[in-house]
This record gives sequence, C-alpha cells and structure tokens, in this order.
Amino acid sequence: MLNTDPNIAVPDDFYEALLAMHRDLTDAQSTLVNARLILLLANHVGDAAVLREAMEAARAGVVTQASTAT
Amino acid sequence: MTAMARFAVPVYPYRRPPELDGARRHCGVVVVGAGPVGLTTAIDLAQRGISVLVLDDDNTVSVGSRAICYAKRTLEILDRLGCGEAVTSKGVGWSVGKVYHGDQLAYQFDLLSESGHHRPAFVNLQQYHLEACLVNRAQSLPATELRWRHRVVGVAHDDENVALRVATPDGEYDLTCDWLVVCDGARSPVRHLLRLDTEGQIFRDRFLIADIRMTSDFPAERRFWFDPPFHPNQSVLLHRQPDNVWRVDFQLGWEADPDEETKPERILPRLHAMLGTETHFEIEWASVYTFQCRRMQKFRQGRVLFAGDAAHLVSPFGARGANSGVQDADNLGWKLDLVLRGIAPETLLDSYNHERIAAADENIRNSTRSTDFITPKSAVSRTFRDAVLSLARDYPFARRLVNSGRLSVPMVLTDSPLNTPDVDVFAGAMVPGAPAADAPVAGPDGGWLLDHVGGTFVLLVFDIDVAADDMRALAGGDVPCRVLHVGGNDRAVVCDIDGIVAARYDGARGTCYLMRPDQHVCARWREFDVSRVRAAVARACAIGTT
Repeated sequence: MLNTDPNIAVPDDFYEALLAMHRDLTDAQSTLVNARLILLLANHVGDAAVLREAMEAARAGVVTQASTAT
Repeated sequence: MTAMARFAVPVYPYRRPPELDGARRHCGVVVVGAGPVGLTTAIDLAQRGISVLVLDDDNTVSVGSRAICYAKRTLEILDRLGCGEAVTSKGVGWSVGKVYHGDQLAYQFDLLSESGHHRPAFVNLQQYHLEACLVNRAQSLPATELRWRHRVVGVAHDDENVALRVATPDGEYDLTCDWLVVCDGARSPVRHLLRLDTEGQIFRDRFLIADIRMTSDFPAERRFWFDPPFHPNQSVLLHRQPDNVWRVDFQLGWEADPDEETKPERILPRLHAMLGTETHFEIEWASVYTFQCRRMQKFRQGRVLFAGDAAHLVSPFGARGANSGVQDADNLGWKLDLVLRGIAPETLLDSYNHERIAAADENIRNSTRSTDFITPKSAVSRTFRDAVLSLARDYPFARRLVNSGRLSVPMVLTDSPLNTPDVDVFAGAMVPGAPAADAPVAGPDGGWLLDHVGGTFVLLVFDIDVAADDMRALAGGDVPCRVLHVGGNDRAVVCDIDGIVAARYDGARGTCYLMRPDQHVCARWREFDVSRVRAAVARACAIGTT
C-alpha cells in the first residue's frame, strides 16, 4: 500500500535538495531529470500495486474523477 | 565488383482450369493466397491426406525480402511440414540483439541462452526464399493443387458451403467448397468482398526499408540504434540476410514523402552516412511503409476462416507478423482435418478463433508497446523514452525497459477450453497450453524430442511401460493417440540421453504429457490412466462438449 503519511525526516532539506537538483538546467533538461528521477524511484519501489496507486493519486490531483483514464 | 548469387525469380505457370470448359468442382478446402500462411496451411492439410485447392492472384513469390525473421517456433512448425532443414540451412541464424543509443551500446540480449534446442532463436531469410521452398514442398504433395493467376472476385457463404467466383486470364468460373481459408494478406481482397473490417490503431510514422547487397564482416546480430549520429533523432535497424543481402530500416517520421524517399538519390546519402562513403553496396529493393496494429473481431465467420495478415496486423518490430501467421496455420490444420473427416464437431473451429485471437492480442499488445517506445506519440512519452535510454547506460534496471521490439515467442494457450486443467503438482514451463519444449534425445525419428511429437496426438510417458492393450486402445480410437515412451534406459523408445527432457518437463517416473497435433501440451498427470487420457483427447477435440 502506498504510504502517504509523513515519511521524510527533514522535509525542508528534501525540498531544497529537490530544487537544487534542477539548478542551472533548461526546462528541457529539467523535464528529463524529473523523468529519470521517477524511473529511479519506481525501480526502487518495485511493487506494481504501490506504483499504480501512486500514479493514480498523482493524476487524480490534476484531473477530475470523470476524466481519469483507466 | 564481386559476383554475387542472385535469386532467380520463379514464374509459376497459369493453367486453364477445366471449370471454364464446363467441369463442376466442389472442394473440401480452398485456400486463398499462396504466401507463407496459405502455403503452410495447404501443406499441413495435404500431409494429413486432405485435398486442398490453393488460389493465388499472382504467379510468383513475394517481391522484395518483406518478412525476414523466422522464429524458432516457426522453424519447428516447418520441420513438421518438411521444410525446416531447407529454411534453416539457407537462413542466417542469430540470437543476439544489440541496442545502441547515440553511438553507445545501451543494451544487449540473447534470445536463446540455453543449449539443447534443435533450432536457433531466429533465422533471417528473404520471404521469397521461404515461399519458393514452401511452393516446392506443396507441389510435391499429391493432395495440393496450386492455381496461379486465379483471383477470387466473389464470395458468398451459408451454413452449407462457400461459393466462389474466380477470375482467370481466360475468364471467370464458379467453385464451391466446405471451408474457405483466407490468407490473402494485409489488404485481403476476400475480407473486403465479405465487407468485414479490422479494428485497431494506425501509427503516424513512416519507415524506409532498403535491402542492399554488400560484402561485410558485421556479425549476424540484430542491431538497433536510437538516435545514431548517422541518422539523428530517429531509429535504425540492421539485419543480415543470406546472399550478402542486408536489411536496413530507417525511421523517417510522419512528414516523409514515400515517393521521394524511395528514390536512389534520397536513399544513398542515408546509407553512406551509416556505412561510410567507401563501402561498396547496391540497392536491391526499397520500400516506405507505415504500420498498423489491428485485428478482425472474429477469425471464424461461419465456413470462412481468416489467418495471418488478413486477420491481424502488427508493426514489424518484434517479427510477430509472419511468425504468428504460420502459428495460425499450425493451429488450424489439425482442427480442420478432424472436422472435415466428421470426427470432431464444427465447434472445434471456434477454438481456433479463441486461441488465435488471444495470440493476436498478445502480439498486438507487445508490438504496440514497442511502437510507443520507438515512435513516441507525445512530448512526455518522448521524455520518458530518452530518460530510459540515458539511464540504460549506467543502470541494469533501465535496460529492461528499453523496447526496440519484443521478439516473437509462441503463445502459451493458458486459457484454452481445449486444455484439461492440472490436478497434480508440476514445476517448470510446460503448463497446459504451452508449446512443447525441444530437447536432445536418441530416438527412431531423429535426435530431437520434437522429431517425435506432432502430427497426431502423442502421449509422452516417462520411465514406465504402458500396457499393450492400453496403447492399442489409444491408437485405435476415433482420434488416434500415439504413446511415446521416454526414459533414461534402452527400453524407452526415445532415450533422454542428457536428462534434459525430464528436466524441462519435470518428468518424474510415471509422468504423462498429452501433446496436441500442433505440439502444444493439453493435459498432464503424475500417473497413467487410460480413461483420463481418452477424456483429455476428446476434450482437446471439442468432442462431447457443448
């Protein structure tokens, strides 16, 4: 099951590191870095059900329920 | 200039049919299309003693190399049909694929990493060579009649039979048959005559195929490039064929003009960029294609059966077109034989529809996924593709996401109604529905297990003796089943010389495997019981089921 409880020890440190990852990058480079990060983390998680849950949660926050593709 | 062996294009003679002079003809089976799928179907039926009339609107083999990669399973089917050796020895065997990103190797795979199989993972062979070989085999069988330049121009079918109108250079004639097998390719004129459609996707991309002749010491491997320096932002595929012919496949993009791109002045710079300006080669054939992933809703329409590209279309990445078509024929032949002889009910042919639609969907799914990787449809799809490729250089996990084509493997018919579900516990891959794995043996029909399996139902029995009465009972039923004793000792008919049969089949003493005539497992037990075997044979023929 996807853990959506607070799980990052020092949230502000993480967020700063996330932005630092993109420092001096063009938009195209940043997009690629984000995609690489998603793939690295997805492989770390591994569990197909957790990944699906995370993908659904990510999409649900952007599109309404009715237009969510299955 | 090096002299190179050229393929002598055969011309098969048109003969005026007797029907034009008043003869009437009713056939058991008519096959439309003398391509790999139609010829395979005809040979399989003719080997079973069924008379087959094959109609083809042309009088020669395919123009250009077209389908070139024939999978291990296809070669095994061709072995059963008497063509496996000719095709394998003429073809270029390979099992290693290399995927490059830019100028770096991103990923490498080996499709046959274990030994103990007769046939290689793949052979590359021009489709015209395969067709010429199949025509020779079909013509050597008295039960086949091949009619060239006979074009079907009308079809009607009801519960009783199929009526055809056929056009020849000398005029038109009528013909009837019990069953019509439609193997007339992607454009399928017969499917159009019947107003039947295919459903699925068309992809917005164009590819240039060029067959070139050159002498090169490049190894016999499948080589695929994403974004190579010689063809930036697109993909390229290279395959070796016999006779010093090489297949190069350039991704061009949707905007490319097909007429322009097949002109030598457009092709040559692409090839020079790839091979170097000093490499000598000549272009043998070039074509620009788009592709689709589609299938008919049903492959059986009453007395009309569709097979190969006429029934389903995939993108070429994965070699799932011709290979799946040959498997269609393999699946259909024995069923049509039993139905024509009145042994099995017509509903057996519904299992052809069921099993081969499942296979088509698997092929379409794999081929669509490859296409989504090779031809990203959106900016984000492109971003993820590039992210995978860039990660693949450093991280093994990402190499498994690289998709330049998932190459054809035979369908495991897990959900087939013809299977008898397991009641005993087994390990390994030989589940009901699986195509039989090969293994080295010593036996009367050859040095491989698959030399001894297929054609009829076969019961593989490990290390026990089935009583003569039981063997007679199985061999003498409406649907004959041969018992094949396998073991590690001399008493066995087939000697498991290296123990590989037992290993691949989890074949402990007493184990029995029932194989269909198309070499798929359909039942297995830990103990022999003649009544269970007979029931499983009947089930696999849809006899006594509703």
